[in-house]
Amino acid sequence: MAGTDLAGRVDDLVTWATGQLRGDEVLLAGFSGEEADFVRFNNGAVRQAGSVSQRAVELDLVEGARHARSSVQLTGDTDLDRARVAEELRILREQRAVLPEDPYLLYNRDGASSLRVGRNDLPGPDAAMAEVAHAARGRDLVGLYSAGTTYRGFASSLGQRNWYEASTFAFDWSFYLHHDKAAKNSYAGFSWSADEFERKVQWSARQLEVLGRPAAVRPPGAYRAYLAPAAMVELVDLLSWGGFGLKSHRTKQTPLLRMVTEGATLHPSVRISEDTAGGVAPNFQSEGFTKPDEVVLIDAGRYADWLVSPRSAREYDVPTNGASSWESPESLSVAAGALPADSVLDELGTGLYIGNLWYLNYSDRAACRTTGMTRFATFWVEGGEIVAPVEVLRFDDSLFHLLGDKLVGLTDRPEVILDTASYGSRSTGSYRLPGAVVEEMVFTL
Amino acid sequence: MTQSLTEEPSLLDRYEQRLARHLPGDVAYAAFRLQIERSEGLAVRAGVVEPPGNGFEAGVMITIWDGGGMGYAATSNLSDAGIVAALAEARGWAARTAGLAVLGAAPLAHPSGSFTSSVERPFASTTLAERIELLRAQEQRLRTDDRIVDSVASLYRTDIDTLLLTNGGGRVRQSFRNVYPNLRVTANTGANTQTRTYGGGAFCGQGGLEVLDRFGFGDAAPRLAEQAIELLEAPPCPTGTMDLLLAPDQMILQIHESIGHPLELDRILGDERNFAGTSFVRPEMFGTYRYGSELLNVTFDPTVAGQMASYAFDDDGTAATRTHLIRDGILECGLGGTISQARSGLAGVANSRACAWNRPPIDRMANLNVEPGTAGFTELVGSVERGVYLETNNSWSIDDSRNKFQFGCEYGRLIEDGELTTVVRNPGYRGISATFWRSLRGVGNADTWRVMGTPNCGKGEPNQVIWVGHAAPACLFGSVDVFGGR
Repeated sequence: MAGTDLAGRVDDLVTWATGQLRGDEVLLAGFSGEEADFVRFNNGAVRQAGSVSQRAVELDLVEGARHARSSVQLTGDTDLDRARVAEELRILREQRAVLPEDPYLLYNRDGASSLRVGRNDLPGPDAAMAEVAHAARGRDLVGLYSAGTTYRGFASSLGQRNWYEASTFAFDWSFYLHHDKAAKNSYAGFSWSADEFERKVQWSARQLEVLGRPAAVRPPGAYRAYLAPAAMVELVDLLSWGGFGLKSHRTKQTPLLRMVTEGATLHPSVRISEDTAGGVAPNFQSEGFTKPDEVVLIDAGRYADWLVSPRSAREYDVPTNGASSWESPESLSVAAGALPADSVLDELGTGLYIGNLWYLNYSDRAACRTTGMTRFATFWVEGGEIVAPVEVLRFDDSLFHLLGDKLVGLTDRPEVILDTASYGSRSTGSYRLPGAVVEEMVFTL
Repeated sequence: MTQSLTEEPSLLDRYEQRLARHLPGDVAYAAFRLQIERSEGLAVRAGVVEPPGNGFEAGVMITIWDGGGMGYAATSNLSDAGIVAALAEARGWAARTAGLAVLGAAPLAHPSGSFTSSVERPFASTTLAERIELLRAQEQRLRTDDRIVDSVASLYRTDIDTLLLTNGGGRVRQSFRNVYPNLRVTANTGANTQTRTYGGGAFCGQGGLEVLDRFGFGDAAPRLAEQAIELLEAPPCPTGTMDLLLAPDQMILQIHESIGHPLELDRILGDERNFAGTSFVRPEMFGTYRYGSELLNVTFDPTVAGQMASYAFDDDGTAATRTHLIRDGILECGLGGTISQARSGLAGVANSRACAWNRPPIDRMANLNVEPGTAGFTELVGSVERGVYLETNNSWSIDDSRNKFQFGCEYGRLIEDGELTTVVRNPGYRGISATFWRSLRGVGNADTWRVMGTPNCGKGEPNQVIWVGHAAPACLFGSVDVFGGR
């Protein structure tokens, strides 16, 4: 297939590996790679700076219904990489010989090839660091600038080729005032706009002014609250931990279990989907299946569909919708509501403006009861006016309340938030979601 | 059949020769950190053998300190051309950050030494078929009741070989053999789902097959299945203020979140404020602050045989030794490597660690242990009039200053008039680190002390997940806010 130089190299490697197969063997190969720059800041100075160049291929060697997998780091040197792949094929062949048939093996035998290569309009590291240095002047800035090109690919010995290449940057930072009082923000995308960055810097600077007021200590209790989109990310991210996958549903481990067993629902305005078309993640997965543009997971507050990996498809005898093996959304979207985003403080009236939540977990998973902390810009609001920052509070409440019977409404202007996580490599995940006003949110500590 | 994952030393030798040729002599400090990792993941779920997952990772991080700047470049291209390119990248970052870095010169040494995990029963003494059969047999023993809806037996192991070369003649080679066995059984009736696991994954360690014996992997399945069913029928944990007795496999989470992270010097220095958070611990607290009751003794101990994060040197090449962090309840020392020590002026330990070749070392927990006390388990239970005994963490949450926490456990039992009584489901408790440890009123003796760990400690920008070790006895806390679920 046509494409970039790296796509061609991966194509060559898999074509070569296909030539090493024996009998009826089938090879599935998932490629991942990145060229990434990371600059970490603290107190406006550079804590660590550097770059990472990595590439790896995950091989799945199949014969009939027997198969074994191996993830292999590649060097980029043709001879070295062929030697590594050859060695892995030998190991996988040996392992396969002692394995039983896998009743849940499913891979795409007639998938279409695809190519998606984004432009690289990234700023150079010197330019980016200069912008950050300017923003840091006179402020206690801490955070991470990351940028680079992310590669994903799928290739099989059956001839399918899929390639994804995106060049993105993400600057995730906080301006600190003192102790835990800070304004958190992020700027991410495909091309850097000095004006857009400056707008975000000024927005954070204005938050700092309010954070400088004496903090209010709110006792545990139930408060009316506004959850900004960044806080909503944390809630739906937790819900994604088993909430939308078919396997967790069928094994009764979903936090939305009560939706199945007791007819519980979320608010009728809640619509959650895996919006692959609207996200930045690749639209193919490691068994060669293509993701549909959208999978509606929750519609009108009720289960609509599940993310179904090929393995779950076989196990539960339903079609796959191209989900990854962990069956969690990668391009999660929550539909906008009707509350005007520009007047959420008026809608809130008196209560908590929660800019960010932190460290969420289930306190009673089967009841979808969750706990977590407020963090960064969280304010006490009276009469639609921000009064003071609030000392951190722990909430403990069910999402059947927060996104259910206690939900006043969702705002009309969803925000797109790119996932800045970088475990192992830079994430391609994203969120598109609004803020929410809730009538009551329970805080315990 | 490839029995051992440990063919890498020869590969390590070859790469060492190649890397050594490129060590620069014209910079103030240079370090080449090579890591080669082989892994094998096996699992049997609900009677089905899942396809084995093998892994091979290899790469080098080149770090340069020069001219007041510091930079790194990590690459999986271990050819001569790849190393040369990475070296140029690292030089470029050092030049770019000159005068902008939090620390202008490397306070790092040029060490020599080695470490190898002790292995009593190598995995090479078994075949893949035998390992799968072991898991298949244990998984089958989890399926004892129609109400069991999911069951998994798994065994994951990594063989990690590292090499640190510095341009001052430093050379450290370390080999780690990490083993992670687990069992997981889930039972359900209606809206009640209960899961029991093999220590929540905490029963891991360095070594070989003997790691499976340390916590009785071969005997655990029937008990876990029985308890999962028992929990289905159990009442919710009561809510109220009461005494709390924590089993070692919950203590490790308590230590991790509310002692380990707050003591990390990079948090105290502010590095983590944008992501993992800050700390309620301030520099002036070291030496005087009462962290816990006088029963609390906490050590950083990289010398415990078989524990997850035992090593001779950290990833900056600092020699690791056992150090008291909290003695008789008083805070003595933080968890910070050589660089954090230089930046803060505080005492620290050798805990600058990287999760992989492609991430720079930062302050991490390693082996962070609560030392045993004198009380037997029966004595601890006997001292409680009204309380609850909790095993195995399943929920963890704490604020960004590592103070207000809330944790949940898989399994609880009431303690009434000095006796363990009714099993209770969905137990949880909450508290504040700064006061919680002062309520420690009983520390189990060596018979209750267990050496464990976890593969999943996350922090850092860029993000890192690393394995750490924790050892703990059973511990008793007075007047804790306990609660239950539905």
